[in-house]
Amino acid sequence: MSDASLELRDVRGPSALGGGWRRAADLLYLIAVTEFRRSYLGTALGYVWSLARPLLLFGVLLLVFTKAFNLGERVNEYPVLLLFNIVLFGFFQEATVMAVGSIVAQEPVVRKTQFPRVVIPLAVVLTALFNLGVNLVVVFVFILAAGVDPTWTWLLFPVVAALLAVFTTAVAMAVSALNPRFRDTGIIWSVAVTALFYATPVLYPIELVGGTLGRLLALNPLAPLFELARKWVIDPEAPGPAAAAGGAVWLLIPAALFVAVCAFGIWIFNREAPRIAEVL
Amino acid sequence: MILLLLMTIDARTGMELEPARDRSLTDRPVVVEVRGLEKTFRIPTHRVDSFKERATHPFRRIEYREDRVLRDVSFDVHQGEFFGIVGRNGSGKSTLLKIMSSIYRADRGRIRVAGRLAPFIELGVGFNPELSSRENVVLNGVMMGLGRREAAERLDAILDFAELREFADLKLKNYSSGMMVRLAFAAMVEADADIMLVDEVLAVGDAAFGQRCMDVFHARRRAGKTLVLVTHDMSTVESLCDRAMLIDDGEVRYLGDPGQTAMRYYRVNFAGTHGSAPIAEPSGIWDVNVQLTDAWLEGPGGERVTAVEERDPIRVQIVLEARRDLDTPVFAIHVFNEQGMPVFGFNRTLTLAEGESDRVAAGGRVRLAGEIENRLTPGRYFVHCYAARSREHGDIAMHQLRLFDFIVYGPERWKGSVRVEADVEATLEP
Repeated sequence: MSDASLELRDVRGPSALGGGWRRAADLLYLIAVTEFRRSYLGTALGYVWSLARPLLLFGVLLLVFTKAFNLGERVNEYPVLLLFNIVLFGFFQEATVMAVGSIVAQEPVVRKTQFPRVVIPLAVVLTALFNLGVNLVVVFVFILAAGVDPTWTWLLFPVVAALLAVFTTAVAMAVSALNPRFRDTGIIWSVAVTALFYATPVLYPIELVGGTLGRLLALNPLAPLFELARKWVIDPEAPGPAAAAGGAVWLLIPAALFVAVCAFGIWIFNREAPRIAEVL
Repeated sequence: MILLLLMTIDARTGMELEPARDRSLTDRPVVVEVRGLEKTFRIPTHRVDSFKERATHPFRRIEYREDRVLRDVSFDVHQGEFFGIVGRNGSGKSTLLKIMSSIYRADRGRIRVAGRLAPFIELGVGFNPELSSRENVVLNGVMMGLGRREAAERLDAILDFAELREFADLKLKNYSSGMMVRLAFAAMVEADADIMLVDEVLAVGDAAFGQRCMDVFHARRRAGKTLVLVTHDMSTVESLCDRAMLIDDGEVRYLGDPGQTAMRYYRVNFAGTHGSAPIAEPSGIWDVNVQLTDAWLEGPGGERVTAVEERDPIRVQIVLEARRDLDTPVFAIHVFNEQGMPVFGFNRTLTLAEGESDRVAAGGRVRLAGEIENRLTPGRYFVHCYAARSREHGDIAMHQLRLFDFIVYGPERWKGSVRVEADVEATLEP
């Protein structure tokens, strides 16, 4: 040991990022990659299973909404839009619902080793993100097969995906940090996320709702993301988030909510991280 | 400077300090510095752990019971030193280790560390049974604070050390527990931390594994690494540690020589057990000749105890009641070790004053009391007694009365049950 390394440094205790960025990033990458490999390479059916859920949901909803509500005639490229939206929302749902119990599930590790706590929910989000990537490949095949012409705006889609990932991460951090203290977070969140599924333009384009309800739904921070994805990838003729919200100014509210949720996620996780091991 | 600092601690807390076994170690640079560490757990008397309860009782004030687990703990560990932390369960030693490991956060105080510190609170924490040992080892290394590349570079060394090279790609769930321990230990050793915090890791595995641990720790010492060991195995503390610290009730009670620490550990562990309840349950214990009224061990102050310090006299008090007339009775006391082997025994007849007859009428009581020289080595012992009715007629006692068991505590240094003075020398033959 050289004398330089004998310099005493403060031990600051556990925290969200305790141990530094680099360690968090390394750990995150390793966990997500091994998890991904395990679910896709470990079993022959791994990939099929991860697609089966959104496809099945898609099949049912497509039947209901085209046959019962005739949305297929009123919305351009409705089937692929529905599939696309389900896969996108599926990512949000999978990541946040899995994140809720993630810290409690890792109890032995949390109580017996030091490592950046934030890695736990982030690894869940990252794994879900991998799944999203794989699913999107299939979705894009469907989109092309449905006769949608690729446009240059497809290149903008990663922006939407990134924003969705950021929002998902913030929510995952918040619910995973709250769960050790409030063990019913999972129940509450699973209800909330179902409500959110219907309050987000997944099954329907927002312009079809209209009125006060439409204005209200447009305040949902996820709404502009789905509207953007639709306009950029599926239907260039779609009104887009600004028009759907009734003017660009109205977008400020979901944007503010988006930022607020992100700030809350980071704040609550930072606040809870040092005590998580003691609460468990 | 360091000495001065330690002396001020001494004056403040009144704890005892003695020089280290190897004085040169305390001249080395400090690699772990703990100052004024405080930790209080707030345990809610009524736990509110759901939103539902919060919502249904929004104005209920949550009451807490405060549990001060660490009070003003300060100490230094020097480079290359093996430092023991001992204490009973609930003394705060594990909390201290967890705070040093950044698992818990201290309420007050400061810890400073030089170099990379790796905690080993349990072997193989975070091992995922669904992954191969190759994947687990890399993951574990990164968890310990290594870079991804560094962790991968150590893979071979770890697999070699654990002798598991041919099983590198086998999922951990298919490993035997022995293989798992070997892998976990190898991963710990090869993590190559400057300071290792080890909690009772040695308690797992067989004797061969224990020996292996020792070899590794000695090799670490030669490499100038520092080890902080939390344990209640005093023989480990004495054989391995340069200095040791006794924590009791959240406070540092002693810091210095490991032998002294071990002694004090036994004292807080056993000397605190003088309850007033009778050690033996007198009811139902009877023989045709006598029945037990009461029996106990006395401490130096006359209080009832269940443990005796090594070399301190054993003060017995036994009261027997005769169940029939005893003519010329004999009373025997036998002491057995934990394996049930007799260690020693002796007989007593009644000590008679002038004119008293050597008999006990039915219902009369006899007290056997006094001090027994304590040559017993640390361990658990059982005291039995029996009474023969008549030494002239050669009566046979039917039952041995089990009186009580007691602990002899002290650093374990002896083989067998008794310590003897041996005037034996080893010399070279010409």
